[in-house]
Formats: sequence, structure tokens, C-alpha cells
Amino acid sequence: MWSIIRSLWLVLLHMFWPRFTVQYPDQKPYLAPRYRGRIILSRDPDGEERCVACYLCAVACPVDCISLQATEDPHGRRYPEWFRINFSRCIFCGLCEEACPTYAIQLTPDIELGEYNRQNLVYEKENLLIGGTGKYPGYNFWRVAGVQIEDKDKGQSEREAPPADLRTLLP
Amino acid sequence: MNPTLLKIVVILVILLVVLNVSALLIWLERRLLALWQDRYGPNRVGPFGLLQVVADMIKIFFKEDWIPPFADKWVFVFAPAIIMITVLLTFAVIPFTPLFQITETNIALLFFLGMSSLGVYSIVLAAWASNNKYSLLGGMRAASQMLSYEVFMGLSMMGTVMLAGSFSLRRIVEAQQHIWFVIPQFLGFVLFLIAGIAETRRLPFDLPEAESELVAGFHSEYSGMKFGMFFVGEYLGVVLISALISVLFFGGWLGPVLPPVVWIVLKTLFFICFFILLRAAMPRPRFDQLMSWGWKWLLPLSLANLAITGAVVLARGR
Amino acid sequence: MKIVVDKKEYEVDPRENLLEACLGRGLDLPYFCWHPAMGSVGACRQCAVKVYRDENDARGRIVMACMTPITPNLLASIDDAEAREFRAGIVEGLMESHPHDCPVCDEGGECHLQDMTVMTGHNYRRFEFPKRTFHNQYLGPLLNHEMNRCIQCYRCTRFYTEYAGGKDFAVLKLRHLVYFGRAEAGVLENEFSGNLVEVCPTGVFTDKTLKRHYTRKWDLQMAPTVCAHCALGCNVTAGERYGTLRRIVNRYNGQINGYFLCDRGRFGYEHVNSPKRIRSARARRDAGAAEIPKAEALDRFSSLAAGGKTLGIGSPRASLESNFALRALVGPENFYAGVSDASYDLLAAMLQVLRQGPAPASLRQIEHGDAALVLGEDVTNSAPRLALTLRQTIRQAGLEQAEKMRVPRWQDHAVRELAQKDHGPLFIATPYPTRLDDVATETYRAAPDDIARLGFAVAHLLDPASPAVPDLAEPLRALAGRIADTLQAAARPVVVSGTGAGSAAVLRAAADVARALAKAGKPVAFSLQAEERNSLGFAMMEPKPLGRAVDAARAGEVQTVIVLENDLYRRAPAAAIDALLAAPHVVALDALETRTTAKAELVIPAAPFAEADGTVVSSEGRAQRFFRVYPPAGGVQDSWRWLADVLGLLARPEGLAWKDLDDVVEAVARAFPSLARIRDAAPGAGFRIAGAKIPREPHRYSGRTSMLANIQVSEPKPPEDPDSALSYTMEGAPVEPPAALLPFFWTGGWNSIQAVNKFQEEIAGPLRGGDAGVRLLDQAAGGAGTLARAPDGSASVPVAGYLDSVPAPFAPRRGEWLIVPRHHIFGSEELSAEAPAIAELSPQPYVALGPSDAAALGAAPGAVVNVKSEAGSASLPLRVEPGLPAGLAALPAGLGPLAGIPLPVWGRIELGR
Repeated sequence: MWSIIRSLWLVLLHMFWPRFTVQYPDQKPYLAPRYRGRIILSRDPDGEERCVACYLCAVACPVDCISLQATEDPHGRRYPEWFRINFSRCIFCGLCEEACPTYAIQLTPDIELGEYNRQNLVYEKENLLIGGTGKYPGYNFWRVAGVQIEDKDKGQSEREAPPADLRTLLP
Repeated sequence: MNPTLLKIVVILVILLVVLNVSALLIWLERRLLALWQDRYGPNRVGPFGLLQVVADMIKIFFKEDWIPPFADKWVFVFAPAIIMITVLLTFAVIPFTPLFQITETNIALLFFLGMSSLGVYSIVLAAWASNNKYSLLGGMRAASQMLSYEVFMGLSMMGTVMLAGSFSLRRIVEAQQHIWFVIPQFLGFVLFLIAGIAETRRLPFDLPEAESELVAGFHSEYSGMKFGMFFVGEYLGVVLISALISVLFFGGWLGPVLPPVVWIVLKTLFFICFFILLRAAMPRPRFDQLMSWGWKWLLPLSLANLAITGAVVLARGR
Repeated sequence: MKIVVDKKEYEVDPRENLLEACLGRGLDLPYFCWHPAMGSVGACRQCAVKVYRDENDARGRIVMACMTPITPNLLASIDDAEAREFRAGIVEGLMESHPHDCPVCDEGGECHLQDMTVMTGHNYRRFEFPKRTFHNQYLGPLLNHEMNRCIQCYRCTRFYTEYAGGKDFAVLKLRHLVYFGRAEAGVLENEFSGNLVEVCPTGVFTDKTLKRHYTRKWDLQMAPTVCAHCALGCNVTAGERYGTLRRIVNRYNGQINGYFLCDRGRFGYEHVNSPKRIRSARARRDAGAAEIPKAEALDRFSSLAAGGKTLGIGSPRASLESNFALRALVGPENFYAGVSDASYDLLAAMLQVLRQGPAPASLRQIEHGDAALVLGEDVTNSAPRLALTLRQTIRQAGLEQAEKMRVPRWQDHAVRELAQKDHGPLFIATPYPTRLDDVATETYRAAPDDIARLGFAVAHLLDPASPAVPDLAEPLRALAGRIADTLQAAARPVVVSGTGAGSAAVLRAAADVARALAKAGKPVAFSLQAEERNSLGFAMMEPKPLGRAVDAARAGEVQTVIVLENDLYRRAPAAAIDALLAAPHVVALDALETRTTAKAELVIPAAPFAEADGTVVSSEGRAQRFFRVYPPAGGVQDSWRWLADVLGLLARPEGLAWKDLDDVVEAVARAFPSLARIRDAAPGAGFRIAGAKIPREPHRYSGRTSMLANIQVSEPKPPEDPDSALSYTMEGAPVEPPAALLPFFWTGGWNSIQAVNKFQEEIAGPLRGGDAGVRLLDQAAGGAGTLARAPDGSASVPVAGYLDSVPAPFAPRRGEWLIVPRHHIFGSEELSAEAPAIAELSPQPYVALGPSDAAALGAAPGAVVNVKSEAGSASLPLRVEPGLPAGLAALPAGLGPLAGIPLPVWGRIELGR
């Protein structure tokens, strides 16, 4: 009984406390660089698309709001033919970013996504792709992977021996 | 003025005021809760966010009036109307001031008890018609909770009735010329307050709704204006109970200096705010705790209160 | 026999090894080199477990489960800490040089190596030295090669060279640089190379056709279906994404395809995505054709079907239901076979032979035979999966020898070392060399009539009661003697023939051999191959021959001709078809544009196999249901549904009664007692598991709220499937569905197709609840016959008497050649030829002659020659085919300008200009 009255009193006293609310549109809050807002697709340090269309973001997405189609350039470099995020379904959980093996998909501190028409919340690759590396500079998946692409032959990735010569008789 | 016309004016004024107040309560509750939780609450629409209610009303009117295909359609539509009707009818007997009272009967309190018992039907029928497990659970809770608490609600008021010697609310107020009944009937007041919270299904006794366990309890399937009617019905209930508390225990319109209508409004408003404070501060009990308090503590206490008051009245009357 | 694994007792088959026993009991034990169809070699060291001498032995010793025979009361532990550490170490070693490729690897998400790595708990690379790398090879349009990913389990070469008999693939180099590939880059020659995709535990060999429209396994909407490209009825799983068919993988059926498919079946699916697809109804207007909406198409169709005499031309590639709906629309008297009259007679003969017994054998029974005779059929090209089976049939002798020496069957290399080059007897008699000749005991190259005579001679030697062959040349008599002796000595002889040579005499000869063997009490595995997916089922619906329809059209009696899923120009000479399609009104239902649809006044878009439901009957007489993988877009729907809609518009009782597939199946079953059992081919549309349908989409299907968002941001309701117990969603009971409704193999921790182990009653045994399909010809009873054992030795079946129509020996003619059909796995079959990858491998049209005939004609290989026959003529390049006997010429079946002429036929070949 006493505790009830005490808590009523304590809550009542909160009347005189300062308010924590940030008056958002008039007053912009600070959002950390790793804040989970609008999703973008970044480029590698060479300026090429980072996304390799592995579908891991799509499968990690709990609301299934990412879809894409993989394709390859003539030299074997894989990239998404199209890439679509339905932001009207996105819950900004960041699981796609965690799943991404190439740092391609990243969440940004932009949260102002309001639209009057839901259809405008469907973002295609041209709306998603940015010019830079985003939060993770320096990493280039294709320098680590073992597959061959246009300007990288077999054995030229990081920590790779030159390709084995099948014709030699030397042990 | 023609007495009939006057009555109609009074009815219209009370209806207008009560409905508007209960709508405004939505705003008041959100602002007060925010205040006690160090926030602002709705402050964008209109001055102090006052027009938030209007925005909400517009929204709720334009929502799809959805009736689930598995629901019992007619009962489903009818249920929210019952709560509005019963609560609004009860206002007919509340003496806001000697002038502002729709009807004066000598069984006003019994009328109130009867109406609030009928209100249970709204909840139970809504729950049943929804044809949904969560709704049904909520409905069962509502039925048993309101039944249990109604028992001692009636008993807790009997003290004041004995002191005033009448079931008429006007007579009860007039009997408090010298002393508010809250002093001789403090126990009765506390019991009535608790029962009133339970009767209006307000926190901490909102177990029929219990959104953390039953989705939204009895009104899980309701949306649009039908949900709005439950919502408004709940606030009407709050206004009603607050007004009754002022009438029964705090001398109604009686008070110095200010005109009677201001007194009754102030007193009622105070208890409305108290209801909101309860919501801000209290956690919800378990259902079995609720039931055991009701039957094992509050009912015996109200019986004791009745017996003691009776004994005192008898002793004094002799 | 009882064994104890991790203190729990299990009852296991003593012929298994410990790995099979554990996997068969549902225990998880990682492995790489072992394959249920190929046995153990103990190469990868991954399936290490501990075994203990007895209960008192606390230390135990680590052994490879796949190399450990089951002994009574074997005590083993998978969970032992040391064994686990050992396995983790092995995976870590295998992963040393495995590239950082998973995101761009087509195997990712259904990778056995991923599964096993997760299962063993290895997750961090400690190896810091350079990884070994390799250059890849171009392996043709079907397979992609990425050697860096190899973990040296040797499965590929064991499958390709040892199991499938390929000669152009080997292990090269040594040490950690072991390389699996060809001597030089080039198209893989073997017809079963596609199985490397599933055999390889990681992404060294991946599906190149899938790569062009790559989708992960979890994103595919999959359904159980039946291969559309030959009559064997192999079970396949087809996968769809964004409205196009993405790939085919094997769907295990212990009685038919087991673990492997042929490349035509695996890669022929792309015809469904062809630009030649008919996506909406078209009507011929004054100038050209115009697309018309579905309602108008139905109106026109029904008014055409109602007015005047209407003929229906059925199809052996359409389902029973579609054919039956057509038959119902036009009436049985107007229902004609959409095959050449020669094929019609062959099919009728085949059906008659099979009905009289012995009943047709399943591929599993053929695999377990020990001596085989192939009469007239080039199985590698006409029923490819059967060729792979026959390669295992001839291994049975070696396996039996091994068993005698107490070497278990699964000890693959020990068994192969023991057998060396010795293999069981296989006699092949065909007009031209076949791809199985390399393992044949003896081959015989002759005209179809001579092949039939050989068969009759063998039958006569086996049972003198069968008709004697007059004027038998001595070499042929000796060969017949050797074959007869071998078959006589065999315990489970196999006789294979088919309609491929175009000769009913060959069919009858094969039947006589099988009957003679059956009469001698042998459990003979007898198999006749038809050409198309539903040839046998179609024949069982008793259509009338096409020739009569042509006659009726020529007589002007016909008002409307309805052609069901058929390019008639492939069936008969153009003149005859032109006459038939000159009828006032022609309606064609088909999925792809053909010369026939070009002639039609009204073209109705029929669903191809992946978008249709239905039942087909394989050469084995096995009725199997296939299911839609995805709902067809636009106006496309099943042929039977189009026809049922028309019946409904005409207010015919069938049309009003047929609401879904089950109703049509029921109607077929009622109309034809011989097809009555197709009801049991799969559970009906009302089948539910725990109240839910079976999901076509895996539990991790992605992109549901995004894939159509570009069209409309609000997601549409998933389409409903009224015709089957499968749903187009990912919601459903996670319980094993019956084999006929299994949409994919996938269980916890086993994401690759190797998960099939978890769905079988025992390893390499039937799927739980029995393999899919029902056999229709088992109870076939002949007239005057004797009793013989059924192929599986279980029951006695009556066998009819002999057929006496021994043809005269083949006599070459001067200046004329008997043109026989030469089948091609890639190109001869109509639908798969529309798949780009298959088309790339398909030969150019040609005419082939033996070297001596070519020399006599004075034509060099490649020279253009004129081929003339009654049915048609064309100029074609000459191909010299060593082994083609004198007097015979060969044309590729179903290919080129002469695809429509019924073969064999006599024709003239002259040097062109």
C-alpha cells in the first residue's frame, strides 16, 4: 500500500523534471555514422560496384524487402542486374549489412524517408548506388576472392600462389 | 422558460459537454502521461496539440469499417453501441448543479448500478462476436472482473446512502453541507475508487484489454469508429466515475466563493487527473491477484464498512 | 544386425558400411568422397568415428566410417571428442586453399562443403601461406569449371570415368596440385556430365545454364515434376524465380533415375523460357495474327468446336488429362493420334507386347541384371538415363565376384580392382555405332530387319517353341548362339529394345527373347523404350491413326481440326499435314511456336511442363503426376483446362463437372480401366499435412515484399493452386510430404541435395512412404501363356505365346538406301532442342553413309548430297559414319528439313552440284 502511494507521489514529482524529447523537425538530433537509416550500395576503392549479387542480404532480411537478380560481365565479375529495396517494408534492422560479405550494402544516418506515395519508397539500384566506399574504406572483395575477373588473373589475389602448371613434370 | 424545453437544453448541454470532455481527455491523458514521463506528448496539431483529437477523429472516421468475415456481424456492430448508451444514460441522474441535472429520481444510485451492470454486456458481446480467442479471453476477464467489483462497489456506496438517508444523488450532495462524506466514509471512498477503476477497466485494472498478453483483449478485432466507440466509452466512464466520486464523497457542487458548476468541474477534473496518474504509475496485477483482492479483501472490508456505518447511524439516531 | 553408436542401439543392414548405417539412421556424420551410388574409397578422411573393442575399451581407435564394415555389436562413437577434433582438423586442412568465393559461387547455400564445415565446427582460417590456384577449363555450354575450389574428394572423376564411362576427363598433376579436368579445354563428351553439379561437394562444377539467370536454392520456388524429354519418366525438381524457369535438379526416385539425370533432362528445361513461347491467344485476322484476350479466345474456340465435324489430334507429349479433355471435346470417334502412322503402329505393337508380358522393368531392375541384350535401340541417345543404368548392369558380375571373395559391394575401388576390365555381358545390335559400344561384349551392325532376325534367332535358341528363322547366315547364327548361351547362363537377364529403330519386328523379336527367358523361369528385366514423355499413356487412350484424319480432310469432310501440343510437321510429310491443316478451321494449342501453330486460325497458349499439372505414363508403364512449378503468367493455362473451359461454354456435362485436376483424373480413370490406377499416382488436391498444403517455396525464400514492388508496392495475395496439394507460398507443415509431392530435398544442416539421405527409408533405397508413381502394366495378362516369375521375383505373371512374323533378311538395293533414324541426345527431341545450351551441342542436319557406300557414291565427307524419298527430299551435307552397314543411310531423327518423314524409308542419295 505504501509503495503504491510512494510511486504515485514519485511519478507526480516528474512534473517538475526537464523533458528529454528532442523537438525533431525544428531541432536536428545527432545521428552517429553507424546509425541504421536509409540503405545504400557502396563502391569499392576502385570505383566499381561492390555488390556481387550473392543474395545474402535478401535472405537475411526478416521482412523480405530486398530482391535482386545476379548477372555477370563478360569477364566473370558478378554484379546485380537490378537491385530493389522496398523501404515501405524495411524495418532498418541492419541484418542485410551484417550479412553482406563485401561491405556493399550499408545503412546510413539518413532517416528522412517520408513520402506521400508509398510507391516512391521502392528504391531501385540507381537510387541506391552511391559514389564512394561508405563507412568501410579500403576493402575490395575481388582482391580476396579466387575467381578471375577482367584485370585480375588466377593467382593474383591476396595470398595466392601462381596457378599450377599442369604440363610440368617437376614434382 | 418551458420546463420541457429547458430539459432538452440541459440534456443537449450535458451531452455536448460530456462527449467533448471525454474526447478532450484523449489529449489530456496523452499530455499528462508525457508530462509525468518527461516527454511532451502531442504538441504539433494546433495550440498545445489540442487539435490532435480532431485529427484523430478525422482519421478514425475515414478508416475502413472492417468487420471480420468470421465475426457474428450484428452483435459485433451492436456491442460498442451498448457501452456508449449505458454510460451516457447514467449521466442523466448525475446532479452537476442543482440546475444541471437531467432527471432527479430517488433511485439514482440504483440506476447507476443497473446501467454499469448492463455495460458489461457490451464487453462480453464484443468479445464473443469477434470469434477470436484473445477477444474471448478478454471478454471472460471483463465479465468476471466487473461482476466481482460491482458487488462491493454497491456496498461501498451504502455508507453514504445511510448517512444521507436517500438514494437520490441530490439528497446525498445536500447532506454534505457540513462535512464531505469522504471524512466519515473514508474507507467507503477508497473502496469506491478502486471499484470505479475496475468498473471502467482503467489501468491498473485493464486486464480485459491487457495488450501485452491478449493483443487488445475484447476489442482486438475492432477498428475504425467502432473501436472509437469503445475508446470514447472508456473515457466517458472515467468522467462518470470521477463525477460520482465528487458527488458521493466530495460534496458535489458545494463549495465556497465560486459558482457550483465550477466546483463540480474542478472536483471531477481532479479525479480524472488522478485516474491518469494511476495509469502513469501503476503496473498491472495478475488476474488471479485481482480476483483474490476483490473477494478476499475488498468485499469483507466493504461489508465491515457497511456494518460499522450502520451501527454508528443506528447509535446516533437513537 | 545390432550396432551401438554413442550408447544408443540401432538395427542396421550388415551389408552396409558404418557411414551408411549412421546416415540411414538419421545421424549426422560428415563425409565427402562417399556417394550412395558409388560406394566408398576412403579418400577424404572426413567420416572419422571412434570404434571400441568392447564395453571395457575406453580409448577406442579412430577409423573411417565409410571403410568400416558392420560387425555384430559394433561399438562406435560419432560424438567422441577425439573423433570430432580429428574431423575438424580434416576440414581445416581441406579448407586451407579453398578460395574466399562463397558469395560469388553458384554452389553457395546448397554446398555440401559449407554444410560439412558448419557441421564440424571449423570457422576460422589459421592457414596464412599462399593458396594454391589453378586455371579453369572451358567445358562446354553446360558446365562451369572453377578448380580453385576443389577439395580433392575424387568424386567427379569417379563418377565421370568409372560410373558413367567418360573418357575425356581425368586426374592430372600430383601432390596438393591435383587437377580434375580434361587434357585440354573442350566440351565434355559424356552425356551425363551434368551430374557433376550434384556429385561435386562444392562449386568446382556448376550449372552454366543456371549461371545465366542465377538464383540461390533458397529463392527458388520448386515443385516435383517429371522430365519432359524422353519416355523414361525421370523425376526432377524444377525451380522458378521471377516467372522464369531457372534450373532442373535430380529428384531421387529409387525405381527410376536414382541419383542421376542425363544432360538433356537437366539442361533441356530452357525451352520454357524460349522467345518462341506463345504467351497469349492469337487469332488470324485479315492481315497477320493478333493477340486476343482469353474470353474472346474461349468464345471463338467453342464456336469452332461446336460447328461441323471436328477432329482432335492428340499428342504423346501432352498429359493424359489434356489428351482426354480433347477426346471428350471431339468424341472418341474423332480423336486421332498426333504421331506418324508408322510410330502409331510401333506404339500399338509396343503396348500389345507389354500387356502380354513380361511386364516392363524399372531402371532399378535393369541395373541389377547381370547380362544384357540391346536390340535396335540407341539408348544413349533415345533414353539416355537407361544407358547409364546399363553401364551399372554390366558391373554386377564384378560385384558378385567381389561378394564371393567377401569384399563388400561398397568397397568401390577394391571391387573395381578385382573386376579390372572384366565386365558382365552386354550385346548391342543397332544399325549404327552407339556410345555403349566401348563396354559391349559384342556388337552387331545391321538393318532393323536383320536385327529382328537376330532377336528371333536368339529366342528360338532359348526356346525351340518360338518361331525359327529361315536362311540364317552362319556368322549371325553363331552370334545368336553366343547371346543365347549368355542369357541362358545369366541369373537376371536384361532385354532392352524400343521404337527407336522404327521397326515393329525388332520390338517383337525382343519380346520373344524376353518371353523365352521368362518361360525358362528367369526373372527377366524387359524394357521397351518409347520416344516421348507420354507415348505409352497416349497409346493407351486408343486414338485413331493420323492417316485417317488426313484422308478425311482430303475428302473435305472436316470442318475444324484441333491440334493439341503437337508440331504435326515433325510427324508426317509436309504434303499430308498441309492437306490436313487445309481444313476450314484449325485450332492449335501449344506452348511454343511451331510450323503447325503458324498454320492455325486460332492459337491457344498451352502451358509447358513446368507450368502445367498432369499425369504421364513412362515406358515402364509408370503413371506419374507432375506439378506446376509456378502459375503461368497472362493467358497461359493447362491444355486440359482450356478444353474443359470450352466444354463448359458448350454446356457439356464434362465441362460443368470438371472443376480441377482431380476431376479430370477421375474421368480418365473411369473411362479407361487400364488407366484406373492413375488416381493413386499422387495424393489429390485435398491432401493436407497438419491442415496445411505443402509449400513450394523453401522456408528461407526471400524478397516476397520486394520482387513485385516495382509494379505495385502493395503485395498481391499469393496465387492459389486448386489442382494440387502444393501451395505457392513458404507456409506449410515442416513434415515430410509423400514422395510424389516432395518439392525439394532440404533438412536442417543439410542444405545441399545430399539431404536426400534424410528422406530415404535406407541409403539408396526408396523414399519414405515409397517411391513416386504407380505401375499400370503389372497385372497385364496375356491370352495363351505360361507362368513366369516377375522381374523382381516376387509374383508369377502370365506370359503370352510367341509372335510369328520373322522378317526376310535385309537386301541392299542398287542406287537406293534404307534411311534409318539416328537419334541424338541433343537435338532429336523437340522441346530440349529449343534450349540454347542444348541447341549449341546439337548437330547440324546431315545424312550419314558407311565409308564404303560413301566411297562408292564418290562423295567426300561434308559434300552436299541430295536425299530423295517418297516422303520428301532435301540437300544435306554428307557425314561418313564408320560402322554404318552397306545399304543403310542415316538421317538425324527430328532434326533438319526431313524431320517429318517417317523413318526407316527407302530413298535415293545423289551427289549434289
